Amino acid sequence: MNGLPMNGLPMNGLLVAQAGQPEGLAPLELPNVEYSAMAPHLILIGGALVLLVWVAMVRRRPPWAWAAFTVAVGLASLGASWLMWLDVGRNGPRTAVADAVVVDGYSIFFMVLVSVIVVLGALMGESFLKREDIRGPEFYVLMLLSSSGAMFMASANDLVITFLGLEILSIALYVLAGLDNRRMESREAAIKYFVLGAFSSAVFLYGVALVYGATGSTNLGEIVGYLQSSVAPANGVLLAGVALLLVGFGFKVAAVPFHTWTPDVYQGAPSPVTGFMAAGAKAAGFAGLLRVFFATFDTLKLDWQPIVWVLAVATLLVGSVLAIVQEDIKRVLAYSSISHAGFVLIGLQAANEKGLAGSLYYLLTYAFMVLGSFTVVTLVGRKGDARHDLDAYRGLSARRPALALAFTVLLLAQAGIPFTTGFLAKFYVISAAVEGRSYSLALIGMLSSVVAAFFYLRITVLMYMSTDEEEAEEARTEPLAIPRSMAVVLAVSVAFTVAFGLLPAPVIDFARDATLLI
Amino acid sequence: MKALTTLIAMSGFLREYLTVLVFGAAAVAMVGAMLGAGSLLRPKRAQLQKYISYESGVDPVGTGWSQSQIRYYLFGLLFVMFEVETVFIFPWAVRLEDLGLFGLVEMVVFIAILALGLLYAWRKGVLRWM
Repeated sequence: MNGLPMNGLPMNGLLVAQAGQPEGLAPLELPNVEYSAMAPHLILIGGALVLLVWVAMVRRRPPWAWAAFTVAVGLASLGASWLMWLDVGRNGPRTAVADAVVVDGYSIFFMVLVSVIVVLGALMGESFLKREDIRGPEFYVLMLLSSSGAMFMASANDLVITFLGLEILSIALYVLAGLDNRRMESREAAIKYFVLGAFSSAVFLYGVALVYGATGSTNLGEIVGYLQSSVAPANGVLLAGVALLLVGFGFKVAAVPFHTWTPDVYQGAPSPVTGFMAAGAKAAGFAGLLRVFFATFDTLKLDWQPIVWVLAVATLLVGSVLAIVQEDIKRVLAYSSISHAGFVLIGLQAANEKGLAGSLYYLLTYAFMVLGSFTVVTLVGRKGDARHDLDAYRGLSARRPALALAFTVLLLAQAGIPFTTGFLAKFYVISAAVEGRSYSLALIGMLSSVVAAFFYLRITVLMYMSTDEEEAEEARTEPLAIPRSMAVVLAVSVAFTVAFGLLPAPVIDFARDATLLI
Repeated sequence: MKALTTLIAMSGFLREYLTVLVFGAAAVAMVGAMLGAGSLLRPKRAQLQKYISYESGVDPVGTGWSQSQIRYYLFGLLFVMFEVETVFIFPWAVRLEDLGLFGLVEMVVFIAILALGLLYAWRKGVLRWM
């Protein structure tokens, strides 16, 4: 610290009693709280509170109304985000609330993404909760609160706010993972996620403390100012802090070697929650990670790039190789989500503008693919949410051709087949790596996507294999119903994946315009 | 080792913590030496009673996985909620004159949100002593 308190008075000003002030206290300078800068966050939080009061006070409790309300809240926050996007386009990016929150294209990009995930997640959850007979609006309330945390991570301009967002996001997710508490696996997932998540939060917080010790501020803008003005900014304390921040974020985005919780938690959590986790929590973790490393520690690029290189290679290889040997669809998708995190890390490692835009584009398109995939997993899981072995997908095309086709499209998109958004996303980050002269990383990325294609194709082949007599009998006695809300989620995710794979310009422009305020 | 010495030489901040490191190492070494010497020297005669968990000389009843009442835990959670509320209200009350209407409104919003949590807990039947 430079010896000055926040309001700029010299230190001894604290000791002089001022007129109208209690002895020994300087006048307070209140920040100007601009609620408009946090409109989507506040809409989500307000929606969650209304839902809680609603269920507490009103006797009549139609579950579909809660889902409809959550969808409405998500759409409202989507609308608010869009208005902010137009405003930033006209007036330029800015910081608000004493520089703690930033309104720029980047943060609004994630507000839009999170709002969409809320809408699709609520639709996915509705019929699941009805099928499993889980009463109460807690799923929606926790999802809304968790999403507001994700938005705070994206728009934080202060490491303390990033941590706050991380905790709001995570604590709600711990409970969501244990939502179906009649299933042992769900409880196990909640405890595992909680213990490892709390541990990673502590590591993150220690990183924040070390960065504060080295630079004298937790505000990202002031850290940038310090790094640019000091001659030799890289010292042990600062680098240790940066490394601990990377570990903390690495846990949330499931980067190897901080990924060990992912398969168990993805497998144990209720399927719609897993979909929300894979789309939302991953996006939020990367929202914080990319801002802190791209915008703030840009001057330390030469120090963190090699570390991110190793993380990206390990994440790509471990994710795609271990997915092959899994026998449970949720574990396959968990390892595949790890390998997708590796692709986003390629964009970070490139550390150029194209890398940032590529990472954002990847997160947006992956959210749709993974939400659609987990909708299929939820449907095929049947009542009890238990049928997740790969054999459950054998002959799916004979029973439900449309469902099998939708799942095929989503899996092939994740594998990176051309004419889907998945291909463009992989192309985007790998070309960013080439532009950043990380040829070896680009090569490893392409190789791992070839390996990954194997297990996506394996599931596809299973679905189109002819079914034997026993399976056909089971299909007759236990038909696979597709509720309307699930069909909507599937249609939206498949339409997005294919349509913007053929006409990529609008989404690519959206990701490219989502620039950081530095 | 060389990297460590340069790191320590570079920063006085870290050098101050060297004391903690030395004390920590001494503590670990002492405990390790005492327990290690004990396990080497003492005679070992296995008896079943020696492996029962010790609780002030009272024989344990049942297994470790027995069920216990959860109501204290729920009350504990609610208590923590209001404890945190108090932690925020005390400094706020001291500077209320400076904070003015803005501070008042913010604190009312804060208390209202916590009260909604209590309302929810009450309707869920948490406050009923079962």
